Amino acid sequence: MHKLETEKNFRQKKFAIMFSCYIFVFLFLSLMGYIGYYSATHYQELLNNNYNGRQKVLQSKNTRGTIFADNYDVLAQTVLDDAGDEVREYPFENIFSHVVGYTAKGKTGIEADYNYYLINSSLPITEKLDAENKEEKVPADNVVTTLNVNLQETVEKALGVYRGAVIVTEPSTGKILAMVSKPDFDPNRIASIWEDVVADTDSSSLLNRSTQGLYPPGSTFKIFSALEYIRENPATYENYSYQCNGSFTCNGDKISCYHGTKHGLVSFRKSFAKSCNSSFANIGVQLNKTSFAKTLDEMLFNQPLSVKFNYKESSIQVSEDTSSYDMMQTAIGQGKTQITPLQLNMVTGAIANGGKAMIPYVVDRIETAEKQVVKSYAPKMEKQIMTEEEAAILTDLMEDVVEEGTGSKLSGLSYTAAGKTGSAEYNATKGDSHAWFTGFAPVENPKICVTVIIEGAGSGGDYAVPIAKRVFDAYLD
Amino acid sequence: MIAYIREFSKYFITIFMAIYTLECFMVFRYSTEEKRNGIYTRQCVFMFLTHGAAFLSLCVQTGDMEYLFFYGFEQIILFASICMFQMLYPNGNRLIINNMCMLLGIGFIMLARLSMTKAIKQFLIVVVSMVFVLLIPYIMRKYKSLRDLTWLYALAGVVSLGGVLFLGSLTNGSKLSFSIGGVTFQPSEMVKIVFVFLIAGILSKSHNLLQIVKAGSLAAVHVLILVLSRDLGSALIFFVVYFAMVFFATGKIRYLALGAGSGAAASVLAYRIFTHVQVRVQAWRDPWSVIDSEGFQITQSLFAICSGGLFGLGLLQGTPKSIPYVETDFIFAAITEELGIIFSLCLILICLSCFIMFVNISLHLRDEFYQLTAFGLGICYIFQVFLTIGGGVKFIPLTGVTLPLVSYGGSSVLATLVMFAVIEGLYIIRQEEEIRLAREKSIRERKRIRSSQTEKNAQIRDREEF
Repeated sequence: MHKLETEKNFRQKKFAIMFSCYIFVFLFLSLMGYIGYYSATHYQELLNNNYNGRQKVLQSKNTRGTIFADNYDVLAQTVLDDAGDEVREYPFENIFSHVVGYTAKGKTGIEADYNYYLINSSLPITEKLDAENKEEKVPADNVVTTLNVNLQETVEKALGVYRGAVIVTEPSTGKILAMVSKPDFDPNRIASIWEDVVADTDSSSLLNRSTQGLYPPGSTFKIFSALEYIRENPATYENYSYQCNGSFTCNGDKISCYHGTKHGLVSFRKSFAKSCNSSFANIGVQLNKTSFAKTLDEMLFNQPLSVKFNYKESSIQVSEDTSSYDMMQTAIGQGKTQITPLQLNMVTGAIANGGKAMIPYVVDRIETAEKQVVKSYAPKMEKQIMTEEEAAILTDLMEDVVEEGTGSKLSGLSYTAAGKTGSAEYNATKGDSHAWFTGFAPVENPKICVTVIIEGAGSGGDYAVPIAKRVFDAYLD
Repeated sequence: MIAYIREFSKYFITIFMAIYTLECFMVFRYSTEEKRNGIYTRQCVFMFLTHGAAFLSLCVQTGDMEYLFFYGFEQIILFASICMFQMLYPNGNRLIINNMCMLLGIGFIMLARLSMTKAIKQFLIVVVSMVFVLLIPYIMRKYKSLRDLTWLYALAGVVSLGGVLFLGSLTNGSKLSFSIGGVTFQPSEMVKIVFVFLIAGILSKSHNLLQIVKAGSLAAVHVLILVLSRDLGSALIFFVVYFAMVFFATGKIRYLALGAGSGAAASVLAYRIFTHVQVRVQAWRDPWSVIDSEGFQITQSLFAICSGGLFGLGLLQGTPKSIPYVETDFIFAAITEELGIIFSLCLILICLSCFIMFVNISLHLRDEFYQLTAFGLGICYIFQVFLTIGGGVKFIPLTGVTLPLVSYGGSSVLATLVMFAVIEGLYIIRQEEEIRLAREKSIRERKRIRSSQTEKNAQIRDREEF
């Protein structure tokens, strides 16, 4: 009997011990897993934090890396000034100011996003130790971008004194070939001009308009309205027709064509090519709001993007409750909709790329000072935002814009182009508008995709298209 | 050359540490100490190699011989402790002693790197404590009446915690310690052990509801005083230890559930009442938004943990001093930064192997008071490790307790040494019990053989007589 008691007691104790052992082993294994996972996934982000004292240590050991263009032209490098102090030099001055960024007053652009590599060195340990023994600094890793100096300079010259932004990508990969935002600044002098630049809130020259500028999309939005109409009427959209008398009225609300132009009897194709507001307002009130909202989500509105740099989310409001007036406004790209040149470029790139939206990226690879590749970035797809067939139909429509519509300045050239213009009114009373163009070339085998916005210039066809043309010429001729 | 030594030592330290840790778990493959002897000897070698590589790196980099001297003294003391324990208590468990010395040694490396003055202070405390601690197994064996002193334990615990509450000095809004003649004491460290004795004493008499409630109300008094002193980390440890011990004594999961439930309720209540709890929770959920104030410590700790990589930056290459209270509450972050993630994960595993050994010892003890004591101390130890490391890496909210034996702090080191020595004492009691039982068994056996022999002889004699 006594022995039974002891036996029971022993089993009970053993259970309690095993139970507590399992609990603590489980707790500690999770803790260890967490430490490993956290440090493996956060080490770059944490090193980039300005509160991290480690940055200073690395600066004293390594010379900040160089940022190169795709052909190894230097975009940013660290050199010694006359006093023997390290300074950051930007040989192209203003031209790459937003995309490359600066390091003086906080960090921006590539200087910020790839800071981890620019301050760490992946040279072999022996070389690092040799340098340390000689009390020399080690060159940190270099960043090789996808940026094309020729294109960037072309764009910069083409924009001239206008405010606006241009983003040029390769549709099949998402490589950013050029990215310009105006007004700009000279990153070499950022510390001395800082006060003035910050005080001048009107020009906000520090803002990278191509990724963070939110604009009304104007008629470029007709790409989205057209796509939705095609999705809802796949068999019959070709039969659409509308008699345009220069305006469209629904429930007492009126939408007019740009400068009151009367387009007469227009088909679906012609409405798009001539950018007829009245016809698209008519289409707008016919669209199924729920399905439209879904399409717009797929088109990356109100969605986080997978890009590695800073950007703003484009926003649009379409739901069951949207009024017919708002639907008319939205369908022609006015109203509350706000879009970044970046997102419009991604969608245009997807049309050129069989419906696959690629993630735009600006850094191709990280190399050591001896050109050993440390890390290379492969093209990645954001998502398939439309079918190949839909992409082909939209390409066809956009080709007509160039051949016989508002983008005619691009017709009759050695290459074929497709695109959509826009004149986004931002000041209804004065009729001021931003000039938009988004498109790609050559149509048969798209190599380059360009999105242009010029603030307050006027019509897209007159102001934005010529800039796109210069980019196409520079790249394709 | 200096740089080469630094880099090489980094990898050697990691390798030695990993081998040591592996051996910690190899121990459990064998059931008797004799078979484990080879492992223990190898552990000693790797312990000294780990420390040696670390101090060599420190010495070469600074060119300061002070580090080598310190290393010498430190190793002599640790080596002497290991030898003394073995000589005085040949039946002792050597894993506990080895781990104790390894953890102390890791603490010495980091403290010497952070501040030599503090390292020396810690060293002196260890030397003095060690002399005292060596006697503990003897005392445990000699005085079997330790279980009857429950009221003395309760009185000692409540009075010293209460004393801190009323007379203690404020550190960061918490009352943790008081000073006598320039020496600062933090009684909660020692009271933890007394508390385990107290609960073990009560529950070993009987585990009926009355005893559980009696122990519970005494536990509540301790916890309340600590909450009022704002020492929430210690309060939590006492709370968990009580429920774990009740669960162990009764074997009923419902007590754990009760503990978890009341713990959750108490946490919510504490969160509502105390602003400093809210601040801690806020700093845990999103330290980045309060990086300038409440989140500063934890974010600096995270920087340290993420910058070392697998093998660390190497001693003296990191910036651990940017973490406030790095020697006490955040020593783990400093270790991870300079000695690497592999090293610090090994450190965690060593702590875990201590715990497994503690409860393993508890399982094989026969006396319930001793069982409860070993188990309670094990929980007390491992839960504190979990709180400090988990808090430092943002796994759980920060509670501000030390990493036993590694962190700087006299009271903490002394209390943990006592704890290890008590367990060692319990192990020795168990070993001797087993030896005694074995001897009794063999005597009985021999007696049986002899008596059957005599019987046989008698029969033979009887037969002969016929």
